[in-house]
Amino acid sequence: MASDSDGEEDFVTYGIPLEPLEEDEPLRKPIRIQDQTVKDEKGRFTRFHGAFTGGYSAGYFNTVGSKEGWAPATFVSSRQQKAGKQMARPEDFMDEEDLGEHGIAPREITTTDDFASGKRDKMKDKARAITSLTAPIPGDTVLEDLVAPARISVGVELLRKMGWKEGQGVGPRLKRKPARQGNVAGIKAYDCALPPKGSEESEEEEDEYIPENVTFAPKDVTPIDFTPKDNLHGLGYRGLNPQQALMGGSGTGHLNFFTMESDRASILLGDSRPRNRRRGGVAGQAFGVGAMEEEDDDIYHRDALSNYDNVLGGEEPGDGLYGWTAPQQYGNKKKASSKDASYLGKILEGFTLASKSTDTKTVYPPPVLPRDYRPVHYFRPVLDLSSVSPQVAQALQTSVGHMPQDPQPKGRHQLDSSQRRELLGESSLQGPNSVFDLLDSKDKERLTGLRKAAEEKRSSGSSEDRRAAMVAAGVAAAGAAAAAARASSQHALSSGSQPAGAQQALMAWSSPTARSAHGFKPFESNPHKQARYDMYISGLKQGDKDALECSLDPSMTEWERGREQDEFVRAATLYKPSSSTLSNRFTPGKREDDGNTVEVPRDQEGDVDDKQAAVKMKMFGKLTRDTFEWHPDKLLCKRFNIPDPYPGSGLVGLPKVKRDKFSVFNFLTITDSSSTLGGESQSAPPAGPAGTPKPAEPAKRSRWDMSAQASKTTDPLSELLSEARCMATSTQPGQISQEVTATAPETAAESKAEQKEEEEEKEEEESRPPMDLFKAIFASSSDEKSSSSSEGESDDEQEEGGLEPAGPQASSQPSTGISLPAPPAPPAPPTPTPLQQEMKAPAVPSGSSGVPPQARRDEEEEFGPRLPPPSYPWGERLSSSVSSSKEEKHKRKCKEKHKAKKESKHKKGKKHKKKHKKRKHKAKQQQEKKKKPEDSGSSSDVSADSGSDTGGGSGALPSEELLKRLKSLSGKKLH
Amino acid sequence: MPKTGGLRAMAFPQPKPQAPQLPQHLLRTLDCKQGAVRAVRFNADGNYLLSCGGDKTLRLWSVSRGTLLKTYSGHGYEVLDVDCSYDNSHLCSCSSDKTVILWDVATGQVTRKLRGHAGKVNCVQFNEEATVMISGSIDGSVRCWDTRSRRPEPIQILDEARDGVSSVKVSEHELLTGSVDGKVRRYDLRMGELYADFINSPITCVCFSQDGQCSLSSSLDSTVRLLDKSTGELLGEYTGHRNTGYKLDCCLSNKDTHVLSCSEDGHVYYWDLVEGSLSLKLSVGKAVVQSLSFHPTEPLLLTAMEGHVQVWGAEPEDSKEEAAI
Repeated sequence: MASDSDGEEDFVTYGIPLEPLEEDEPLRKPIRIQDQTVKDEKGRFTRFHGAFTGGYSAGYFNTVGSKEGWAPATFVSSRQQKAGKQMARPEDFMDEEDLGEHGIAPREITTTDDFASGKRDKMKDKARAITSLTAPIPGDTVLEDLVAPARISVGVELLRKMGWKEGQGVGPRLKRKPARQGNVAGIKAYDCALPPKGSEESEEEEDEYIPENVTFAPKDVTPIDFTPKDNLHGLGYRGLNPQQALMGGSGTGHLNFFTMESDRASILLGDSRPRNRRRGGVAGQAFGVGAMEEEDDDIYHRDALSNYDNVLGGEEPGDGLYGWTAPQQYGNKKKASSKDASYLGKILEGFTLASKSTDTKTVYPPPVLPRDYRPVHYFRPVLDLSSVSPQVAQALQTSVGHMPQDPQPKGRHQLDSSQRRELLGESSLQGPNSVFDLLDSKDKERLTGLRKAAEEKRSSGSSEDRRAAMVAAGVAAAGAAAAAARASSQHALSSGSQPAGAQQALMAWSSPTARSAHGFKPFESNPHKQARYDMYISGLKQGDKDALECSLDPSMTEWERGREQDEFVRAATLYKPSSSTLSNRFTPGKREDDGNTVEVPRDQEGDVDDKQAAVKMKMFGKLTRDTFEWHPDKLLCKRFNIPDPYPGSGLVGLPKVKRDKFSVFNFLTITDSSSTLGGESQSAPPAGPAGTPKPAEPAKRSRWDMSAQASKTTDPLSELLSEARCMATSTQPGQISQEVTATAPETAAESKAEQKEEEEEKEEEESRPPMDLFKAIFASSSDEKSSSSSEGESDDEQEEGGLEPAGPQASSQPSTGISLPAPPAPPAPPTPTPLQQEMKAPAVPSGSSGVPPQARRDEEEEFGPRLPPPSYPWGERLSSSVSSSKEEKHKRKCKEKHKAKKESKHKKGKKHKKKHKKRKHKAKQQQEKKKKPEDSGSSSDVSADSGSDTGGGSGALPSEELLKRLKSLSGKKLH
Repeated sequence: MPKTGGLRAMAFPQPKPQAPQLPQHLLRTLDCKQGAVRAVRFNADGNYLLSCGGDKTLRLWSVSRGTLLKTYSGHGYEVLDVDCSYDNSHLCSCSSDKTVILWDVATGQVTRKLRGHAGKVNCVQFNEEATVMISGSIDGSVRCWDTRSRRPEPIQILDEARDGVSSVKVSEHELLTGSVDGKVRRYDLRMGELYADFINSPITCVCFSQDGQCSLSSSLDSTVRLLDKSTGELLGEYTGHRNTGYKLDCCLSNKDTHVLSCSEDGHVYYWDLVEGSLSLKLSVGKAVVQSLSFHPTEPLLLTAMEGHVQVWGAEPEDSKEEAAI
């Protein structure tokens, strides 16, 4: 362990160590670039700044060095103290960072490149050795040998791991022949004692021993040293070679540039080659022969001319020292040979070097330009015949000089696809090549018949056309339009089959002003239809008068086609070219795609009637069950921990399909929504009583509206009878007599008045603000009181409820009778109705309209089952509806006396205000009346003043009388 | 083999199937003092009860002692339904003020107030993990609210109902809704399908059976029906009570042995689930029994009538208490 710790001490830690990964630790996200911070060595944050945020902030908070920033040096020079010459070194402008380990001028001892390189990197060493020899002070490689750090670069390490050995080249192992060169290298490396020539021989000898299947490492390549000559010696001067000098070796004679490598290598390796040389003494080119020398060596270098190549590109001088830097002449000089290949590097197996060189490129002279060639292209004006009416086109063409019938060979662009195909010799495409191929034979015949007829007509009137065309070409636009009109009027005369509108359209579109008419796309929502329409329009532009027939879809039925024909003609006349020229200046807004489509649930529910029957027979199951595909929201599935049943579908809810809103078929199929629509339109009310402006109709009509209507339709007498019957069923026998004894017109008037009263009532209900408002005004905040007030309110609500819909047990008669007594509802309808009325619009029950016999009941239930009343103060068991209703009334009356006075007052006030607004001229009359019924029940009050209103309108019954009657009635009821 | 034979011989005789005890003894009555009690519910483990008042408050009571523990106020109108999360940490309630509120039980604070329904919200339920609140409203929509995010919009709106939704129940992977258009709809999230069973009468309440195989629905034709969930076939029909106008609850007993329903005649009706015969007619009072709730595990029943909540047990407690009541 101690050794371990020692080992650790030996290590130099550098940088921030990675935190150890724990196993169960979740993977941390890397810090994003914008969140990364940089600190200097003192822990302060430094900001990147600069144009590309490349540099650090310098020094102290973006100043340089100190808080004050970079103080400029002051130049002070006086007579006594002359300012010395100040030399600024680069270090003066550097901060610690620059002088630090990674700065541009590190002050600490670091391993430089020289030392960093591994000693084992032979090639580099060799190269360096060469330089070292030429260096003025030779021998620094020796020093390097001694002080070399024991480090091998990573690349060498890797190579070794891959099986490389020093002295070998890099690359796949080779067969014999190249291997020879490898051997040469080997010999050079280890066998330097042999002279070069001898080595070749010996190599050949060795070859004999090499088995066929042995491969050799590729030859090592020595990089050529490109050290620049930076000394002042003469070219090729080498200075004193210390080894040679000391060893006493004389000069090697002529300096062979190309062979020096081997020599030097051997020198470097320090083997004792020149054994025959004497020892001791300094010898060299510059030194003479010392006294100690035994023999006179040739101290003066004699150069032999034979050492030089006197032929350019002569014999290969070297010993195979070639690599990528091989001298140029090798490649060019020898054409024939296998030896060549080795220079080019490895040749792929199965390939041989070409024996003949490729032919030289023949260069052809540029063609001679024709004499009349002009280097500028002249554009001929192009006639677009499609956008011009035929007459004008013809005129133009003749004016240009073409004959319209001219069967001139057309240009490439004038040919149509089939002609081009023929020219190219291609076979025709599969499938129908024209719309007409899709037609059945009958339609085709019809079309051709039509066309023929048209042709005949045209040919008959062609001279006329020509004349018109001439006029059009000659005269201005107005004249042209007139001519076109004339021409088209001719068509109108000749072809009576098309409607006048079509002619009009034709006229409009074939006029020259219609040249650039695009833009209006009336059937954009239906691309096919639009395409057909476009076809029709383009037909119109060409003056094709059977364009309409051509453009229509033959697969449609006669009826549909007729309809579309009408539409097209109308659209064409509506969106006339004159307007389209204007429309070109505007970009069309994006059209709402759903403009005329409705979303309809894809799966339709089963028939309601069938289901009802099934329910009656208690055959629940398949008959009563509908199954739909339903797509839950992705998030919902996630929250429920359930895999999404429809992964990848962006749909939520029931899948819907789009249907054309105005499609005829939508009206043919009866959907739920349409049936409710119908129901509503059926129940659309007749106009209200004369003189009274009606407020907006509620979305859903209450039972009371219906009764009012019903009574409207019946005559007064039957009404009276029904009323009487109603009275009989109710608990007031006395009332009947009173009613019956009254004269017929009077009762009629009265009933009428009461109807109106009800209407009034309804208005009241509608125009009244929601209950919350009252609550907000009258309810106190404290808990105790709010409960009591809510009780009061609920009573109040009951009153209101009693005035409008009856309970389920209410007599089914449309009780047009007295509105004063609350219709017998077992427990009075509970919660405030305003809220419910608000709710009517969204919830349109299909059941209620779809089920006629239950209509009445369903109408009550359309807002769902009600909530029971909060309490039954007089605890009698409600067994029958009648008794309960009595009870209710009783209770209410009592409560009214106790509590409700204040509130009723408020209410009255409000009501009156409204009425003032409505009928100001009656204000006085009303107020007189108001004072009297003040203390009677609120309901009677309401009826009274509404009665008075209507009484004023009809003038049939004095209101006082009515009031009295009502009072007596209520009195009876109380007893 | 002989061993098992021996075991079989040694085995105890099968205990006689005990007649299920019906909660028929009044244990206590709570005067809620919060107006009409619109709904009464047990919490998840059945130790507490929640009462929804007509005075905009929600109250938490101890079942065993009958003491008021907390009042939750924050609704703007009558509270109509409440549900408690599985861990008793949150409540969700709905009200006539069109909102759904998520409460923190301990602090009594409103955690989230969700607006979106166009009308009063009749019913609300948590899903199993209390991650979603499902609310059904008179506007005919069922909305699924996320409790995990602060998103004010619902996750999904189920607007298939043609009329108001009166009742919603949630199981592990299903939503059961009963609506006034007379249909019981079951949304199966796992299958991605919607099953709509036509009942032909406005539905007031729907329930899953404890085993999750059946659905119980009460409707305004004074009938409670037990339908097979998978096929929609009628398994049982329970009549005798009166439910023609009000939104009344029905439920199954804790062991699925009996079907219970409120009635407008002041009784709670117990039918045998299999036989369909009336086994008990429990008189609660004179008014309408508005709401009832069965204890999740024990034979305990809660009923709500007017401003009072009654707790019913299978065995009578001390006579003193009864006398006091």
